[in-house]
Amino acid sequence: MSGAALLEVSGLTLGYGRSDVIKGVDLRIASGAAVTLIGANGAGKTTIMRGLSGLLKPRAGSIVFDGHRIDGLPGHRVARLGVIQSPEGRQVFSNLTIAENLALGAWLLNDAREEARRREGVLARFPRLAERLDQSAGSLSGGEQQMLAIGRALMSNPRLLLLDEPSLGLAPLFIEEIFRIIEDLKREGRTILIVEQNASAALDVADYAYVLQSGVIEIEGPAAQVAADPRVVAAYLGG
Amino acid sequence: MLSQQLFNGLVVGATYAIFALGFTVMFGVLGVVNLTYGFYFSFGALIALWLTQALNLPVWASFLIAVLASGLVAALVDSLLLTRLRRARAPELASLMVTLGATLLLYSLSSSLIGVEIRRFPAAAINASAFDLLGLRVSMTQLLIVFAAFAMVGGLVYLIQYTRVGLAIRAMAERPDTIALMGVNAGALARLVSFVSGSLAGAAGVLIGLNYNAIQPFMGEQMMLKGFAVIILGGLGDARGALVAGLIVGMLETLTAGYVASSWKDAVGFALLVLTLWIRPAGLFGRATVKRA
Ligand SMILES: Nc1ncnc2c1ncn2[C@@H]1O[C@H](COP(=O)(O)OP(=O)(O)OP(=O)(O)O)[C@@H](O)[C@H]1O
Ligand SMILES: [Mg+2]
Repeated sequence: MSGAALLEVSGLTLGYGRSDVIKGVDLRIASGAAVTLIGANGAGKTTIMRGLSGLLKPRAGSIVFDGHRIDGLPGHRVARLGVIQSPEGRQVFSNLTIAENLALGAWLLNDAREEARRREGVLARFPRLAERLDQSAGSLSGGEQQMLAIGRALMSNPRLLLLDEPSLGLAPLFIEEIFRIIEDLKREGRTILIVEQNASAALDVADYAYVLQSGVIEIEGPAAQVAADPRVVAAYLGG
Repeated sequence: MLSQQLFNGLVVGATYAIFALGFTVMFGVLGVVNLTYGFYFSFGALIALWLTQALNLPVWASFLIAVLASGLVAALVDSLLLTRLRRARAPELASLMVTLGATLLLYSLSSSLIGVEIRRFPAAAINASAFDLLGLRVSMTQLLIVFAAFAMVGGLVYLIQYTRVGLAIRAMAERPDTIALMGVNAGALARLVSFVSGSLAGAAGVLIGLNYNAIQPFMGEQMMLKGFAVIILGGLGDARGALVAGLIVGMLETLTAGYVASSWKDAVGFALLVLTLWIRPAGLFGRATVKRA
C-alpha cells in the first residue's frame, strides 16, 4: 500500500470484562485509501471500531492518527481530530429532525456559512433527505436512515471516515446505492475504513483488505488479492 | 374570595412547576433518579436567606446568587457521584442508592451546621407592599415569583429548543453513547444539565421560602415528596406535564387550605398521585415512553 499512513494501529488489544475480544491487531490506513475490514459475526469488527473512536479504552497497543497517539483519548477528543464514525445500526436520533441530525454532525464546526455549504453537499449526495428535512429521523426507512448516518458523519468533513456495516439490513437497491456513494467518496479522495459482512461489495470498493477472525488478523493484502484468496472465497464469498 | 385563592394557588403552583421541571429535565436527559435533587431546594433557600441576613443583599440579588450556587452544587454532586456510574453503565438501582446515601449526608451536614429550627427573611428585606390588579391583591413577592417562573421556563425552553447546546441535550436524552462520535463532550453536557436542573430546584426553594417566609434544612425533603406527586401526575419525563401538574397541585392545595382546612393541604398532592396511578398511570398527557427534555 502506498502513501503515508494516516492511521497506524499496532498490537491493539480490546475487551469487555474479563475476556479479550481483540488480541493484538495491527492495521495501517494510507491517506486517501479505502480499506475494508471483513469478518464473520462476532469476530470483533465493531469492537475495533469502538476502540478507534475512543469509545472503548485499549488494554494494550497504540493507535496513532496523523502523528498523534489517540489511544486512551475520550471519544469526543478523537472526533475533534477528524476521526468520525458512522456506527453500526445507524444510531440516528429518531426524535430529532433530519436537519437537526445533520446539524449535530457539524457540532465541531462553528461557522454557519461553512455548515450551510456542507449541508448543500450532503443533500446533493442524498436527495431523499433534502425532501424531508423537517421530518423526524425516526420516520425514515432503514436505507434512508443509513444515508442520514453517513450524511451526519460527512457534515464534520472527516479526515478518516469509519463506516461500520453501512449495508446491514438494507434492501439490495439501497445496498447498491450505498456502495456507489462510498465509491464516490473514495474518488473524491476521502480516507475510509469500511467494516462489512457483505464482503464481496466491500472488497470491490476497497484498495486494501484485512480479514479478522476471532480477534486476530488472519489475512491481509491488496483487496483484489484478498478477494482471490481461496480461504476468503470459501468463507466469505460463498464460493 | 375564589379568584384571589386561585391566584395565590397559581403562584404556589408556579414554584412547584419549576421544581418538577428541573427534576424532569434531569431524569429525561440523564436517565437517573437523583434523590439529592430535593436538597438543592433547601440549599437555594438557605443560601438566599444567608445572603440577605448576613450580607444585606437585596432579595433579587440573593435569589440570583442562590440559584447559581444550587446549580453549581448539583453539577458538582453529579460529577462526583454519577460520572463513574454512568461510565460503568450501572443499573438504575445503583444511582438510587448512591444518591439516597448522599441525600442523607447532605441533610445531616446542613442541619448539624445550622440547626433545624425555622428561619425567616428579615422583615426589612421583604417588600411587604402589595397592589391591586384586576381586583386581585398581588404582593411584591408574588410578583417576583411569577416573573421568575416565566423567566426560568422561557429560558429553559429557549435553551433546549433553540440553541445548539439544546440540540445536543436533546440528542443526549435519546442516545447518550452516540453523541461522542459527533465530538460532543457528554460529561460536560451532563454537568450542564445537572447545573440547570439544580438551579431550578434552588430557585423553587428561594421562592417558596419567600412565599411562606419559613425556611429550614429539611424543607427539600417534603418538597421532594410533593414533587414526586407532581411528576407522576404530569407523566415522568414529560416537561409540559410537569408544568401543568405543578400549577394544578398548587391551586388545589390553596383551595383546600382556604375552603376545607389547611391541615388537609399536603394531602392533596398524594390524593392526586393515587388517583393518577389508578386512572392514568402514564400521567396527564399519557406518553410515558417518550423521553423529552
Ligand atoms: N458490550 C459488550 N460486552 C461484552 N461483550 C461484548 C460487548 N460487545 C461485544 N461483545 C462481544 O465481543 C465479541 C465481538 O463483538 P463485535 O460486536 O465486535 O463483533 P462484530 O464483528 O462487529 O460482529 P457483527 O458482525 O455481528 O457486528 C462478541 O463475542 C460479542 O459477544
Ligand atoms: Mg459489528
